[in-house]
Amino acid sequence: MLHVSASPHIRDNATTQRIMLHVIIALMPTIIASGFIFGYRAPLLFVISAAACAGFEALSRIAMKREQTVGDLSSIVTGLLLAASLPVETPIWIVLIGAFMAVVFVKQMFGGLGSNFANPAVTARIILSVSFAGPLSKFSALPRFAATVTPGIAFKQVATSGADLVSSATPLGVLNNVTPETQVPSTMDLFLGKHPGCIGEVCILALLIGGVYLLITGIIDIWAPLAYIGSTVAFVAQLGQDPVVHLLSGALVLAAFFMVTDYVTTPATIVGKITFGVGAGILTGLLRIFSAMPEGVSYAILLMNILTPHIERWTAPITLGARKKTRKHQS
Amino acid sequence: MKLKLRWLGLSQAIHPAGNKHTANQSIVPLTGFKEVSIPLDMQVGPGCKPTVSKGDHVNIGDKIGEPLGPWSVPVHASISGKVTKIEKQILSDGEKAEYVTIESDGKNTVSETLEPPVITDKESFLKAVRDAGLVGLGGAAFPTHVKLNPPPNKTVDTLIVNAAECEPYITTDHRIALDYADDVIYGALITAHWCGIDTVIIGTEDNKPDAARSLEEAAKRAKKGECNVYWPKNGITVKMLPTSYPTGAEKVLICLLMNRVVPEGGLPADVGVIVQNITTLCVLAQSLKTGMPLVKKAITLDGGAVKEPGNYEVPIGAPICDVIECAGGTVSEPAKIIMGGPMMGVAVDDIARPILKNNNAILIFDEKEAKLPKESACISCGRCLRACPMRLQPMKLDKAARAINPNELEELHVMNCIECGSCTYVCPAKRYLVQNIRNGKAYVRAEAQAAKENAKKGDSN
Repeated sequence: MLHVSASPHIRDNATTQRIMLHVIIALMPTIIASGFIFGYRAPLLFVISAAACAGFEALSRIAMKREQTVGDLSSIVTGLLLAASLPVETPIWIVLIGAFMAVVFVKQMFGGLGSNFANPAVTARIILSVSFAGPLSKFSALPRFAATVTPGIAFKQVATSGADLVSSATPLGVLNNVTPETQVPSTMDLFLGKHPGCIGEVCILALLIGGVYLLITGIIDIWAPLAYIGSTVAFVAQLGQDPVVHLLSGALVLAAFFMVTDYVTTPATIVGKITFGVGAGILTGLLRIFSAMPEGVSYAILLMNILTPHIERWTAPITLGARKKTRKHQS
Repeated sequence: MKLKLRWLGLSQAIHPAGNKHTANQSIVPLTGFKEVSIPLDMQVGPGCKPTVSKGDHVNIGDKIGEPLGPWSVPVHASISGKVTKIEKQILSDGEKAEYVTIESDGKNTVSETLEPPVITDKESFLKAVRDAGLVGLGGAAFPTHVKLNPPPNKTVDTLIVNAAECEPYITTDHRIALDYADDVIYGALITAHWCGIDTVIIGTEDNKPDAARSLEEAAKRAKKGECNVYWPKNGITVKMLPTSYPTGAEKVLICLLMNRVVPEGGLPADVGVIVQNITTLCVLAQSLKTGMPLVKKAITLDGGAVKEPGNYEVPIGAPICDVIECAGGTVSEPAKIIMGGPMMGVAVDDIARPILKNNNAILIFDEKEAKLPKESACISCGRCLRACPMRLQPMKLDKAARAINPNELEELHVMNCIECGSCTYVCPAKRYLVQNIRNGKAYVRAEAQAAKENAKKGDSN
């Protein structure tokens, strides 16, 4: 018996699984750095979150009687990115809820990998931060950070709801409430991650190593991160805030390399990527400065995810030798 | 260079492994075929009706198929012997065609009626081309005399000789450039002469510098008057192109060599170009010199299951299984047989299928090579978008075709797809993009047909 198939009869060796594996490798420096900065609990959160996401993916595929897709590793990436945007003291049961939301609600209920319109990790983080505002604002009260940011200085919205939960503020929280006692960590501390924050967001150095790895392996290209970081920094600088602090704190760099570059939920064309990046950058700047929340990155990305199909349509490539369409008029 | 392109995410051609194992092997004629069965439809457009009947004796070069329409080219006997069967069979593309089966008398007698055609003007030149049974030998099988005769309102100023051979495995064009360079140049010059073309450009990939050198030297000899034909005003230039796929696709080649863009739905003649494959011109030249029509074809026989990969000249109509046997047999059970290259070739269902005019390779894949990965969900990575030489959106076309949405397909310019297979090659989700896009084209055609018929009905009412 001979095999018969449509051409082409050869394929290159890229697979979805391999791409996801590259992303996981790119996140390794961040996971390791989180261990040094926050202690063993941070890597543990990464592992728990990834395992939970993979487990929920497998279970939901079984429950839906669909082909098993846990092997494509995309749920592991989702799990790692979700953990990256949580504080180190997040209770495990909240992580599990987040994993369930990300994989089952945001991804599988829309058809699984490739069909979800919103970034699962980003959306799950928003769900968690809205549902569990208290525990998720409790940024690491490790003694080594005590001197950097004075305890008791809180974000606007937390200050009204229950300031006793807050033991420390992130630099962005500080920027929103500048009082004489507050003090922003030094630029080097921000770059290396020696300040309170989410476990995968603080160490900019580790994130940059991962980002460069993704660029070199061709998994992502430079346009979306560049447009996103560039427009955020330019926007906040225009409004008179310190661009360096904005660049080095919060989820900006994590998002630039790992979320704004997500294949499924962002445009595929270069012009589309730049449009997405600039849009998300301006929204991030707006939300960071004017909204009640300290962190605008997640909301900015989610909003731009919704616009992605439209951006893709506006920025569709023009085919070689394209003739202008003459609309057929129907009587 | 490659690294730079990668992080910039710019459009880029693909680079499948060349696998040009047979580049050093000259074309060896294979003989001793007991039987050939020649389909009378081996071209774009309608085929032929048989001119012989069962029991007739034919010699090599005798006409056995008479053209059915102005696009058709005649078909000739490729071995001498007795016609044993004329019957309808299914072609490898699924269409039905008449097959003429000839049983060899073992003598390989050449027809006595063959003589070089007398050419006095463009018309007699085109007639000679047509009588030679020529179709595009690069694989497209488009009738050559039609291609050389564009509509009168189009002015053609350039003849491009396509020697890119960007498909993996195939090396016949390479060998033709090395061993028959004079014939190629003669064919190009005489075509340019009778079609009133002033510029001849030969395009080849930079993985074959020896081919370019050989053609350049042949052109120099021709300029000195050694082959005694007209020299075009702007001469012949050999240009090297980067080795990538699909450099040899007609529209891509024109764009790379001349920076002219063929309009959507248009032909190269719309931008003043005629493209001819190097082997077509070589056979054309030989046929004009001897009168022998296209009855033999050089093919590359390669693939993991082949014992002795090489370039062979085989009679048209010879069954693939006999060709393999003649060339030394196989080392493992053939699992997949491809007519043409691995990117655009056709997988055949039967090892006894005959060699066609437009075949330039027969690839015999073993079980391991034949195995294709399983399809998974599209992750919108955009690799197909970057790989598409026509700047289409294969992933969107794929979705629209699966949804059978002709309007959406048309809006995405589905008809501009050249089916080169680059998108499918790079897809990490291993989706059968080209296959679905082909279906999409069929939906659009059916929709247009239905609209036409509706309009007719409306008129008659």
